[in-house]
Amino acid sequence: MTTAELVEAPPVPVAPPSFFTRLRRSPVLSSRQALVGLGILLLFVLTGIFGPIALPHDASLKVGPVFQSPSLAHPLGTDGGGADMLYLLIDGASVSLLVGFAAAAVSAVIGGLVGLLAGFFGGRTDIALMRLTDYFLVIPDIPLMIVVAALFGRSLTNIILIIGAIYWTSTARLIRAQTKTVRERVYVRRARALGAGNTRLIVRHVLPQVTPLLIANTVLLIAYAIFAETFITFLGLGDPSKISWGRLIENAFQDDAILNNAWWAIVPPGLAVTVVVLACTMTGQAMEDAMNPRLRAGHLSVRRFRLRRWPPGSP
Amino acid sequence: MKPPLLQVEDLHVWFDLPDGRELHAVRGVSLRVAEGERFGLVGESGCGKTTTILALMGLLPPTASVAGRVVLGGEDMLARGERTLAPHRWRDVAMVFQGAMNAFNPVRRIGAQLVEPMELHGVAEGAAARRRAGELLERVGIPAARANAYPHEFSGGMRQRAAIAMALACNPKLLLADEPTTALDVMVQAQIMELLVALTNELGLALVLVTHDLPIVAQTCKTAAVMYAGELAETGPVETLYHEPRHPYTRLLFAATPDLDDVEGEVVAIPGAPPRLDRPIEGCPFRPRCDRAFAACVNAPRLVAVGDGHLAACHLNAGVAA
Repeated sequence: MTTAELVEAPPVPVAPPSFFTRLRRSPVLSSRQALVGLGILLLFVLTGIFGPIALPHDASLKVGPVFQSPSLAHPLGTDGGGADMLYLLIDGASVSLLVGFAAAAVSAVIGGLVGLLAGFFGGRTDIALMRLTDYFLVIPDIPLMIVVAALFGRSLTNIILIIGAIYWTSTARLIRAQTKTVRERVYVRRARALGAGNTRLIVRHVLPQVTPLLIANTVLLIAYAIFAETFITFLGLGDPSKISWGRLIENAFQDDAILNNAWWAIVPPGLAVTVVVLACTMTGQAMEDAMNPRLRAGHLSVRRFRLRRWPPGSP
Repeated sequence: MKPPLLQVEDLHVWFDLPDGRELHAVRGVSLRVAEGERFGLVGESGCGKTTTILALMGLLPPTASVAGRVVLGGEDMLARGERTLAPHRWRDVAMVFQGAMNAFNPVRRIGAQLVEPMELHGVAEGAAARRRAGELLERVGIPAARANAYPHEFSGGMRQRAAIAMALACNPKLLLADEPTTALDVMVQAQIMELLVALTNELGLALVLVTHDLPIVAQTCKTAAVMYAGELAETGPVETLYHEPRHPYTRLLFAATPDLDDVEGEVVAIPGAPPRLDRPIEGCPFRPRCDRAFAACVNAPRLVAVGDGHLAACHLNAGVAA
């Protein structure tokens, strides 16, 4: 039988690299900047999730005198209501991060959708959607936030939706540009020639190509969203029933922490916001560097090959 | 005997891989090309032909490291890397790139782009450079007036001719042509090859022709080298390689080329694929695909002389050395 001869020598199976191998080799994780950023983010996210559960009592409980300076019992002192600052900070992390991640997700969904549709269909759809984007781009964000909070009430959901509704414009423009280039690639045109419909083309062929960029952009948006939540809450437009880092700063301001020389009531929440925003920016930028070909100028720097001694050890 | 124009000795090229490992793409290549000689460098895709000549031009990316000697007219161009290479690039060694039809800036006139290398290398300037651009175009068979055309107004063959004209801009001694006939139809291929042959004859240029098209090498080149997995498998006069190959790869490569006179004969493909270069190769790299592999092949063969100017790296030649 001849088929026996054909199957006689099976090719040596080469296992595709495992998920972890690919993760380790990915350009994002081999960048120190991204690793540091991701590490810090992970630390804060874990604090946000498990911190409030681990607290022995309600964070805003009065545990000592007003504006007590840092001590062993209360490492970050107490605030204007006599509550432990460290507990408040841990409790606030969950709200601040929740708003940050959720608002960034809302932005990514709106911006991604607008960008994909505008870039893919082009023509009138493109013009209409991009003019809408321009409109949102020129709305002054702080007055809009104040108006929306006043009209619809001061709830966490509203804050998430306002931030999401304002910050999607840059995402939309970025995704639109990338979609336009992907749409013209040969394999997309081939898929269309084979009879693929628009939905299939977008979901199967275009979306996978723009997703990495969308993710990188979303991580950068988290930084903006956390910052926005902080200043909205500081302006007194946050959810009054929830403690967030912005609320802590606002409380400290209302209770005249500065007059009482209580730096410990202001600096830690401000520092927490700064560090998280920095971590998001570091991660997002490293991801963008790895994924946005235009930022990679390496191919332009020709003639930089190195010389090597060969055989090793020769003069 | 005159020393060769180009002498490459033990050239190695490594590429850094993103995961920290290395890919040893060119593994000790040695070549000699005499003045005015036409030299063919053949092999499968991915065997290091293009990398070899890019190393000669010093056009490898920052991820590459290079070792070896590249002596041009008595001077080692690689001695101090870019510093010793730069003065020769395009002045002494010029190149027609792979896919050269797309090597022109689409928004600038052909003539202006031909002037660029002359001005960069101080060969000619202004009106003189423009006159020379016209002459170069005429030389490759394009009317000088067409210097005012944009690249898209040229056909693929004309763009390839213009790319050759650009390589000639600084009167090089050595022309490296990387797959100059790929993506052209056979008639235009023949014209381009005729042009290259005429240029080498009239200008005394040496030509290194990189291709996987064996008939083209057989028609135009005097000597050739067969590359496999970053090494030279065999090198010698084209006639000898064709009629008396001393490496099974050369023989199988010629057997895999369809023959017009023998339409009944079968075209035989070589089973398997070249080895991966990102890990050490043990023994003869061709061993897994070779139809005549035997016990000795677990040791790497050395390139040894098997005839007049004919070298092969195969254990089958043991005891028949010239």
